[in-house]
Amino acid sequence: MLVQEIYDNLKEKFPEAVLEFIGTATGDPSTVVDAGQIYNICKYLRDQDGLEFDYLALLSGMDYKDKFGTVYHLYSLKYKHRFVIKTYLPKEDPSLPSVERIWKTANWHEREAYDMFGIKFENHPNMIRILCPYDWEGYPLRKDYVGQETYHGVRIPV
Amino acid sequence: MERKFIEYDFGRVDSERMRLNVGPQHPSTHGVLRLEIELEGEIVTDVIPHIGYLHRCFEKYCEQMQYPQVIPYIDRLDYIASMNNEWPFVMGVEKMMNIQVPERVEYIRVIFAELNRIANHQIAVATFGMDAGAFTPFLYLFRDREMILNLFEHTSGARLLYNYFWVGGLAHDVPPNFKDTALNIIKTVRATNEEVMRLLMGNKIFVERTVKVGILPADVAINFACSGPVLRGSGVEWDLRKAQPYSIYDRFDFNVCVGSNEIGVIGDSWNRNIVRMNEMEQSCRIIEQAIAQMPNEGDVREKFPKKVRPPKGEIYCSAENPKGELGFYLVADGGNKPFRLKSRPTSFVNLAVLPEICKGYMVADLILILGSIDIVLGEVDR
Repeated sequence: MLVQEIYDNLKEKFPEAVLEFIGTATGDPSTVVDAGQIYNICKYLRDQDGLEFDYLALLSGMDYKDKFGTVYHLYSLKYKHRFVIKTYLPKEDPSLPSVERIWKTANWHEREAYDMFGIKFENHPNMIRILCPYDWEGYPLRKDYVGQETYHGVRIPV
Repeated sequence: MERKFIEYDFGRVDSERMRLNVGPQHPSTHGVLRLEIELEGEIVTDVIPHIGYLHRCFEKYCEQMQYPQVIPYIDRLDYIASMNNEWPFVMGVEKMMNIQVPERVEYIRVIFAELNRIANHQIAVATFGMDAGAFTPFLYLFRDREMILNLFEHTSGARLLYNYFWVGGLAHDVPPNFKDTALNIIKTVRATNEEVMRLLMGNKIFVERTVKVGILPADVAINFACSGPVLRGSGVEWDLRKAQPYSIYDRFDFNVCVGSNEIGVIGDSWNRNIVRMNEMEQSCRIIEQAIAQMPNEGDVREKFPKKVRPPKGEIYCSAENPKGELGFYLVADGGNKPFRLKSRPTSFVNLAVLPEICKGYMVADLILILGSIDIVLGEVDR
């Protein structure tokens, strides 16, 4: 199925939650959806006949300087089509529902997004840091990140 | 001589659940990985991987580097398959800048990627055999891998971290005796593989250790987004070279290897390993065809752009690495540095399935199951 058809299908099912279609001259087109509805939309995309996106290739956190966001890259192994979903989150206290119950692989990806950007995923079973030490301060991949000067009394070289 | 049996009567022994750390400095965890395991007697009841000991925030570095400078950092992700690592990134930038690389470059890239796939699978099979206690195949496979690394060194100047695939072409042309050397390598690889099939894969001790250990059902593998031999060992026929053919892979005749019920059951450690063995043969076939079709003349640097400056936009470009799908999500803002580069690390995603498949097995099997997933900690931690 073409990306445009999937978008039309989704727009028909969730007229209010599907916000925008971003088509670019170079690269992949993507669909912006309401962050609060991400769980329902992902569940629909996985379970609906004809779509069946059973493979979450990548979940990335994003910092767009004026807002945060998450990006979901989906495959369907059966139909071999791809789809990209995006959400935008506010700068203060970004949080959105977890999709861990839909694709188990999201567990570690969401922990990484929390670790690097401080985006909180609701209903996640284990929302702790994954790559940085558990008592690290700050979120390294934010654009305005300033590293801590010492860690347990040891100076961190810049 | 008559054997004496000594009998003890302990009665019933109640054991408490015990928590134990495996690693981070443990030879059988293939790097600095800490597994917090919960045991009942010798049965594993829970596994919690703690990762990040090699974390260097590679994605942050990339935001401060110009595009060509990013490539050496990508080499250091999965440092035993660097040729394959560079490919999806370079391909993504080329797609954004609309560069069509010359035929000859595509063929050389395919040949080097497949040679590196063989080298990676040789390490995977060898170290997996060593986890099970078989030391001899390790030496045979490493001896052959040296031939591949010598060719890489001759071409790019480095044995492990090549920096060879550049945006728009290749860093250097191949050496004059390249075709003969590659064909010679294939011949040796095939001979050794035949030997390893008998010595290791058909070995009774090895079969008893690995068959029906760490069974990963297909639906769980898909739900955890496993890829590469881990997914195909579970019987799912998914290979990006066939499913979404990139570069020139649609020109070659090769099979996607999947696990079977021939020995053991689909999705166990033995099947994951036999997929790797069979894939080496398929890689040999691809290399043979590529060498036959490859144009002899051509400049590998003619399509180099003057400035690597992709237009504003974003792309997710992935390729089938030896370990699975490696992808790069590249967001460009029109400058000469990436706005954001997010990698889809194969080993990181595949490792997440470990707690799911090793519950109920012995501690010694845990090490085997970890070996059968074939992780590289440089890629897990980034």
